[in-house]
Amino acid sequence: MSDNVEKYIKRKVYKSTNSRIAQKFVDAGLEKLRACINCGTCTGGCPSGRRTAYRTRSVLRRALTGDESVLEDIGIWFCSTCYTCYERCPRGIPVTDMIIKLRNIAVEEGHILDPHFVLANKVFYVTGHGVPANGEGNQKWRDLRESYGLPPLPPTVHMHPEAVKECQELMKSVGFRDLLDKIEKQKEKEKLEAEKAEANKIEDKKKEKEKK
Amino acid sequence: MSKNSKWKYGFFLGCVAPNRYPMIEASIRAVFDHLGAEILELEGASCCPAPGVFRAFHIPTWLVIAARNLTIAEELGIDVVTGCNGCYGTLRDAWVELNHEPELKKMINEHLAKIGREFKGSIEPKHVVQVLYQDLGIEYLRGFVKHKFKDLKVAVHYGCHIIKPSDKRPWGGEYEDPTFLDEIIEITGAKSINYKDKFQCCGAGGAVRTAVKEISADFSREKLENIRDAGADIIIDCCPFCHLQLDLGQMEANNFYKDIIGEPYKIPVIYVTQLLGLAFGIDPNLLGLMKNHDLQQVPPFISLEPFLEKVKNQLT
Ligand code: SF4
Ligand code: SF4
Repeated sequence: MSDNVEKYIKRKVYKSTNSRIAQKFVDAGLEKLRACINCGTCTGGCPSGRRTAYRTRSVLRRALTGDESVLEDIGIWFCSTCYTCYERCPRGIPVTDMIIKLRNIAVEEGHILDPHFVLANKVFYVTGHGVPANGEGNQKWRDLRESYGLPPLPPTVHMHPEAVKECQELMKSVGFRDLLDKIEKQKEKEKLEAEKAEANKIEDKKKEKEKK
Repeated sequence: MSKNSKWKYGFFLGCVAPNRYPMIEASIRAVFDHLGAEILELEGASCCPAPGVFRAFHIPTWLVIAARNLTIAEELGIDVVTGCNGCYGTLRDAWVELNHEPELKKMINEHLAKIGREFKGSIEPKHVVQVLYQDLGIEYLRGFVKHKFKDLKVAVHYGCHIIKPSDKRPWGGEYEDPTFLDEIIEITGAKSINYKDKFQCCGAGGAVRTAVKEISADFSREKLENIRDAGADIIIDCCPFCHLQLDLGQMEANNFYKDIIGEPYKIPVIYVTQLLGLAFGIDPNLLGLMKNHDLQQVPPFISLEPFLEKVKNQLT
């Protein structure tokens, strides 16, 4: 992006904030959202918006104006990536890709749901599969494969420990391992703080009772 | 299997088909073999990685692992075939992006070099349905039909990523109302019926299922309602993750939404190659249509019996 365009975006679009996050939005290419005319076509065809409070247009608008709270909005995880909005946007904005980028920034800031984090950290990173069939707890899935005349494990990473290593090597190389470690620490800290707060609450109640 | 087949593919399995719905894997192998299309294993392939999940967490991870998977087929010098819309989405999107953005390709190859691999972009990732429709062709398939269903109403579910984003798919830009899967299904004599919001998402993708199951199940509830209203005997799909969502998801919809759905749903869900294989006269055991085990809590969660009973006499 040329300096001029960048200045323009910062001034016009993110003028309400000059935060670190706004810079991240710019870096991620979310400036494409400037073409949005707020027509609402994306929201109108969204199968998730039919049943949840998630509103595609509104999420994009918040990202465009540098509203950081959008990163903590669980609604951004309700997009099923069906690409209806992407296809229908009259301004040619790759809407679904924008939502995925927004999620990337959210994760970087530590806003990732626990089940998603476990899936990335304890399943995908460890086994190379998102849904594995190896390990003790998965005997029935290997039996199921055999009942259909297939070998108990597929010829994927499951049969090739060196391939798992390759994947982990790559994930370290692109910085995913560091990101997961950072989030893990952050989550542990949050958990400790929550426990502390809970303990303090109980303590306070006790004291109150004693007073009475 | 003919050893010098003109059709040769590296079979990208992904996760859900081999590790949860192996009947789908079995039926793809059986049908490709029957049609003289050779399948080679992609040894050491990993999760694609899932486009709505891992891509949403960290794009560079998604891209580099996808590229690694493609290099396995490049070493064999053959195109990839996958039976999963999600894997297709990942492999195809990554393939298009890397081939169109030299800077990105260079960056990814710097990472791949550390494990002694290089992405060249020399082979094309294809979907099972794409191979059937574009490589083998409807007329070729028609020549294999032995039995025709006389009375079978089918609700075809395409899913999303086989069609969209249309600029990275091979269907000439069609995304609102494609017909390729219906055409394939109808050579078996089955009737593909129209139903409300046929192209609506099943609700499994985009990390939604892992985030909040009730929301995913509500997507499926709506689809199932429309499919039942239209009077379909079975659902046909072409994606193991949609398949899981429409099979296991029926149980979940029956559970979460029992107060609003009336009768519980029990519509058999069949993968495209399972139905084709039956029409080709392939043994239903090879197509993963028969249960040969006593395992508990494994798919199919919705019994296929009503379907098998219905077509028993039609397959003569
Ligand atoms: S469809 Fe496109 S132009 Fe319309 S509101 Fe959505 S993003 Fe903006
Ligand atoms: S891709 Fe996401 S935001 Fe767009 S229509 Fe589908 S569910 Fe809605």
